[in-house]
Amino acid sequence: MNYLIIFISAVLVNNIVLMQFLGICPFLGVSKRISTAAGMGAAVTFVMVLATIVTYLVQKLVLQPFDIGYLQTIAFILIIAALVQMVEIILKKVSPSLYQALGIYLPLITTNCTILGVALLAIQKDYNLLEGVVFAFSNSIGFSLALVLFAGIREHLELMEVPSQLKGTPIALITAGILAMAFMGFSGLI
Amino acid sequence: MNQMKNFTKGFLRENPILVLILGTCPTLGVTSSAANGLGMGLATTFVLVMSNLVISLVKSQIPDKVRIPSFVVIIAAFVTVVELVMQAYTPGLFKSLGIFIPLIVVNCIVLGRAEAFASKNNALSSAIDGLGMGLGFTLALVVLGSIREFLGNGSIFNIRIYPEDYTTLLFVLAPGAFVVLGYLIAVTQMINKANK
Repeated sequence: MNYLIIFISAVLVNNIVLMQFLGICPFLGVSKRISTAAGMGAAVTFVMVLATIVTYLVQKLVLQPFDIGYLQTIAFILIIAALVQMVEIILKKVSPSLYQALGIYLPLITTNCTILGVALLAIQKDYNLLEGVVFAFSNSIGFSLALVLFAGIREHLELMEVPSQLKGTPIALITAGILAMAFMGFSGLI
Repeated sequence: MNQMKNFTKGFLRENPILVLILGTCPTLGVTSSAANGLGMGLATTFVLVMSNLVISLVKSQIPDKVRIPSFVVIIAAFVTVVELVMQAYTPGLFKSLGIFIPLIVVNCIVLGRAEAFASKNNALSSAIDGLGMGLGFTLALVVLGSIREFLGNGSIFNIRIYPEDYTTLLFVLAPGAFVVLGYLIAVTQMINKANK
């Protein structure tokens, strides 16, 4: 039951992009087509779950026993950067087709603040490992959902007449605002 | 003259948020009030100046291949400094900015300036560039925070301007952030176009 609540809360109620403002850069950057949005979503899901497991273990097995919690930020960002690099190398060797699909999104993920954000939040919220994994997975689903929905809207928006001052980023942000308003409707769920 | 240009370009012409559209996450996340925006802006400015300065001093020692990871470690070190100082001296602000303080590490503005400016220029211009960009960032955050606080809460910097009964709560919440930033960018584009 607890896991279900974590899932619904992360996907709909506290959507990581539209309610918590993490990962806005990829949200605006790679949301021009539904296919690229889905690719980015898949890559983020993969890395986020992996990164949350590794950072969780490092926090509990290294940083806390040795009382060096102040190194958390540095340690986590290095782990994530190394992890992304490793995933890229392994994927290239093991599954070239998956690498073809996700490859271009992987380097972008290091600076995607959702990964570091979710890793830090999982620690802050005092989850155990399994809850942390569910939390990371649900958040990446929420990220993908927001990205794909937004890409769908933007594909239509491309054909519309937009006032010249609002062309590009401004209209995208206003659209995102309306999407966020729609997601606020879920706030009574939990 | 040249240094002056380095300093002022971040304000409007190359404003990191409003023109370059970098660092949108903290921009939207912390600007529910003008004071939060100011705090976040100053914290980021400190990180920007210090990391730009250090990176430009050690740039010749860093092999090209491990450039980005080295930059990230330097930036993360200064973010940790900010984190600890804020936790000690401004616990209220630390609490309301929350997760966005450690996330300065992945703020694209900081790494972007390190890569685009500090790795190519001398220490003085790099520090000035960092200061100018940081203040431009702060300016945008304060303007955005003031508009949202004014519309959503009827006050600016906690000074009440009109009664709470007439406020539109939506602007303090998530959708308001997106919409106000969207219009702010549109206005900046108009001003920059007119100045050209």
